[in-house]
Amino acid sequence: MPLPTKDILGILADNLNKRKSVLPISAATATRWAKGLDIPKSGKTILYTGHMYQLIPIIDAMAGQMAKFEDAPITKYFGLGRNVNKFVNMTAFMGMMASKDEQKDYDRMLRNIALLLKKAGVDFGYLYGEELYSGALVYDEGLDGAFAAHAKRVFGLFKKHGVSTVITVDPHTTHTLRSIYPKYIPDFNIEVKSYLEVLAESGIKPTGETGTELTLHDSCVYARHENVVDQPRELLKRAGAKTNTPALCGKNTHCCGGPLESLFPAESHRIANNRAEQLKESGSNVATMCPICLVSLRKAAKGTIKVNDLSDTLAKAYGI
Amino acid sequence: MPKVSPKLASAVKCSDEFNAEACMHCGICTAVCPMGYEILPRKLFRYVQIGLEDKVREHVSDIYSCLLCGMCAENCPAKVNIADNVRFLRKYINENEFNLS
Repeated sequence: MPLPTKDILGILADNLNKRKSVLPISAATATRWAKGLDIPKSGKTILYTGHMYQLIPIIDAMAGQMAKFEDAPITKYFGLGRNVNKFVNMTAFMGMMASKDEQKDYDRMLRNIALLLKKAGVDFGYLYGEELYSGALVYDEGLDGAFAAHAKRVFGLFKKHGVSTVITVDPHTTHTLRSIYPKYIPDFNIEVKSYLEVLAESGIKPTGETGTELTLHDSCVYARHENVVDQPRELLKRAGAKTNTPALCGKNTHCCGGPLESLFPAESHRIANNRAEQLKESGSNVATMCPICLVSLRKAAKGTIKVNDLSDTLAKAYGI
Repeated sequence: MPKVSPKLASAVKCSDEFNAEACMHCGICTAVCPMGYEILPRKLFRYVQIGLEDKVREHVSDIYSCLLCGMCAENCPAKVNIADNVRFLRKYINENEFNLS
């Protein structure tokens, strides 16, 4: 028996309606990465994490459990789980199971991004504990009522803080804010840019030639929906890195399988394995631009190739 | 005998989110889909267009296991927004079958 779609979607919608995120996390977990960086609270331009990097270690802990449930008789109790979740935040327990090392790893990627932007001379603030998840997953699953209400909440937050430009760190938040919110909020007037676009437009200079050779795994959402293809390549080229091209790349990139992790873990892993095999053919050092791609491909590669976030490569190349 | 559901047919007609009229049934979408589904997307869209709700219901799990990666739409010669159509079907099922919104 596959995982029960209706009950899982119900939990996601309930969480977004009640707790303002599909997987609610504490403010401490969401903001830990920014400690000591002296980023001002709010501002006209803000760095917006949308909690994606912070959520991955928790999703990873949950995914391990969910994969065990797939095809197990226990799935019939998911309906009961949804009722319990209405009163008790079950994600909080999953959060406790997240690996501390993995959390440090993902926090470092966000620090890299903030430090790169500082080095590029960008003035930006951060909403700290007030920041909200974008609602991307709920939109993809077609839960429009919950998504529309949430989009209005996020826009209200931007208005409250006088935000006019949002710098995003991952493709899903970029796409949701830039291309989906305006469909649901006619007066949405926030400029949304990925940090890769901001850095590519800036005059940021590398510290020297890195000589790094890597294979870039394009994100489906960045490449096909948001036209973020050339910017990462330009930043790598400026730093003297050699970029290898996998068989499927740019606008024809191959999905990492990650979007299916919550409902169809086995299928998700099959797609991730296929992609990891393709990437292996063009090198043993892969960089991703999305935390979901990163976790999916790392698991699929099982250490046979190195898979890292592009922010790590850029941090090294630009002397962070 | 297949049963036609006027509700689904009219929901599709009224929506500006579902549009597969330009589909030429060339099958490129199926060929490039990383999931390798036989049903998705063109066969499924045909069922939707003629209101065969029972047929659509048989494929609920295929509809939710589309990656929405957009490889199909990127390569569609008729420029059909395939992933948007799949998302519309999820919305329809959520509202009409699962009582979710």
